[in-house]
Amino acid sequence: MNILVCISRVPDTTSKIDFIEDDTEFSIRDVQFVINPNDEFGLTRAIWFKEKQGAQVHVVHVGTTKSDATLRKCLAIGADKAFRIDAPALDGLAVAKELAAFVKNNSYDLIIAGRESIDYNGAMVPGMMAALLDIPFVTNCVGLEIDGTTAIAEREIDGGREKLKGTLPIIIGSQKGLVEESDLRIPNMRGIMQARQKPFEVVPAQEAPASTKDIKFERPAPKAEVKLVPADDLDQLIDLLHKEANVL
Amino acid sequence: MSVLIIVESENNALKRNAAEVASYGVALAAKLETSCTAIAFHAANATELGHYGVTKVAHVSNGPTHFDAHAYASAIAAFAAANNVSHLVVSSSADARFLAPLLAAKLNAGYVPNVVELPEEMSPLTVKRTAFTNKAFVYTQLLTACNIIGVGNNAFGVIDNTVDCVVDEITAENAISNLEQVSIEKVTGKATIADADVVVSGGRGLKGPENWHLIEDLAEVLDAATACSKPVSDMGWRSHDEHVGQTGKPVSTNLYIAIGISGAIQHLAGVNSSKVKVVINSDPEAPFFKAADYGVIGDAFEVVPKLTEKLKAFKALG
Ligand SMILES: Cc1cc2nc3c(=O)[nH]c(=O)nc-3n(C[C@H](O)[C@H](O)[C@H](O)COP(=O)(O)OP(=O)(O)OC[C@H]3O[C@@H](n4cnc5c(N)ncnc54)[C@H](O)[C@@H]3O)c2cc1C
Repeated sequence: MNILVCISRVPDTTSKIDFIEDDTEFSIRDVQFVINPNDEFGLTRAIWFKEKQGAQVHVVHVGTTKSDATLRKCLAIGADKAFRIDAPALDGLAVAKELAAFVKNNSYDLIIAGRESIDYNGAMVPGMMAALLDIPFVTNCVGLEIDGTTAIAEREIDGGREKLKGTLPIIIGSQKGLVEESDLRIPNMRGIMQARQKPFEVVPAQEAPASTKDIKFERPAPKAEVKLVPADDLDQLIDLLHKEANVL
Repeated sequence: MSVLIIVESENNALKRNAAEVASYGVALAAKLETSCTAIAFHAANATELGHYGVTKVAHVSNGPTHFDAHAYASAIAAFAAANNVSHLVVSSSADARFLAPLLAAKLNAGYVPNVVELPEEMSPLTVKRTAFTNKAFVYTQLLTACNIIGVGNNAFGVIDNTVDCVVDEITAENAISNLEQVSIEKVTGKATIADADVVVSGGRGLKGPENWHLIEDLAEVLDAATACSKPVSDMGWRSHDEHVGQTGKPVSTNLYIAIGISGAIQHLAGVNSSKVKVVINSDPEAPFFKAADYGVIGDAFEVVPKLTEKLKAFKALG
């Protein structure tokens, strides 16, 4: 089985979100970039397939040389080969077009991408790829079994789960639940050394045009002080929620 | 040019979020000075969209009766292409976020989810949306001929505006799935995190799963959904689908009550867009107090049962 995991690189969850250039640009000062958590759950599942059922695991990323360390980390965790499509990630549709073109030129049975990236929260790349390639897609995926050419994927839905069956190739939007937090791997020394020997290819881009453009950022309005209610006067809390906040 | 509002349905009836999406779509069409139509699948009460200013509904009565992203996207894309649709409006529910990317690729449309207001500029179309999991907003231009706007859940609100509504029955030839539904499990009769007006959420401060009756009793009085912090689901005290936050489900409800939750940045990011936040925590230094509207410093084991009793009495008074 050939598995492709699409990797996005995002600010670490604890990063301070700040903007420069008159709020037109995200400030990367002091920001640590990490593998998008939803992608990491997917990559971990891919490595599980490799170890349990036998598979080749490739990772791909659309971006500039700045992302090379992130891709090396994927190799250190256990991916076999990394590809970087050499273009700035402009918007969801452009990235999906680059990835779809890459998939067309190669042959994968299973394609995994995080259900959404935690920076722009677009949640669009995997679905767009699926439609461009006209292959099945299951997002919010919390369970995945592959048997021959059949995939059974479980999707988290509001208040429950839905089990879907499809024929490979298939695209999965991964998230926590596909593997557990405790299954995530921290690269060890051996993995890091091996990663240096693993193939890393830079692929020229299609230069798909952007369909959207971010022009300005805004910080949320500062919050009013919390209103504290004494623990022995909960009637006051109910009164505030009822009359002031109007939510009861 | 015209606006197409995509409403969601379940069990042959409109979903609750249809009202907000319809309200937004009608307001957008007015701003663009163009017409608008809604498209619904298997919703016997589709005429009710007339309460929110929708005069025309295309009702698809063939194809899968449960939500099927691929089949529905194919049908909607064909309808949009045949009807000169320039703007599509969807919600930002989990189903909508499954459907919209498929549609965007089929229509070569720019797509922006989590939009919180009507566009501030019409040319080029510029919308305000949340980013960095509610830690910022960004203004985004849509550059394509056909565009998709995903309205943030509970961000725009419902506008009552009753008009006559005509429902056209249509058949979508291509509403065919590429996946087979094997099974579906869904709790019934209980509010869910996405749909509830109130969410009661518990953290590690509750000490163990055996104490969750505190959360459940309070939730019951408020008709609320129950949720939890990440470590609580990681330790298996509660099931994964209750995990909310940056790596769990987003919460965008009217009232969010956090009990024994410290308010770590990853937790707050996912719940911050809720309208009113209440925290109950024994540690006055807990970061959640900086993000909340109302707070009680106290022991959850004492405060929560009292609050539940008092709310019961309050609700009994009507
Ligand atoms: C990449 C990443 C992603 C993450 N994503 C998420 C996410 O999506 N959602 C999420 O929730 N977390 C997430 N986290 C974890 C997050 O950083 C925190 O560890 C977590 O939110 C803490 O959960 P908690 O508040 O329940 O527990 P704690 O931080 O242990 O807080 C427990 C709180 O309970 C209070 N308490 C104790 N006893 C009582 C009592 N008797 N009465 C009242 N209060 C009491 C304490 O004062 C304390 O404030 C993520 C972390 C990382 C690194």
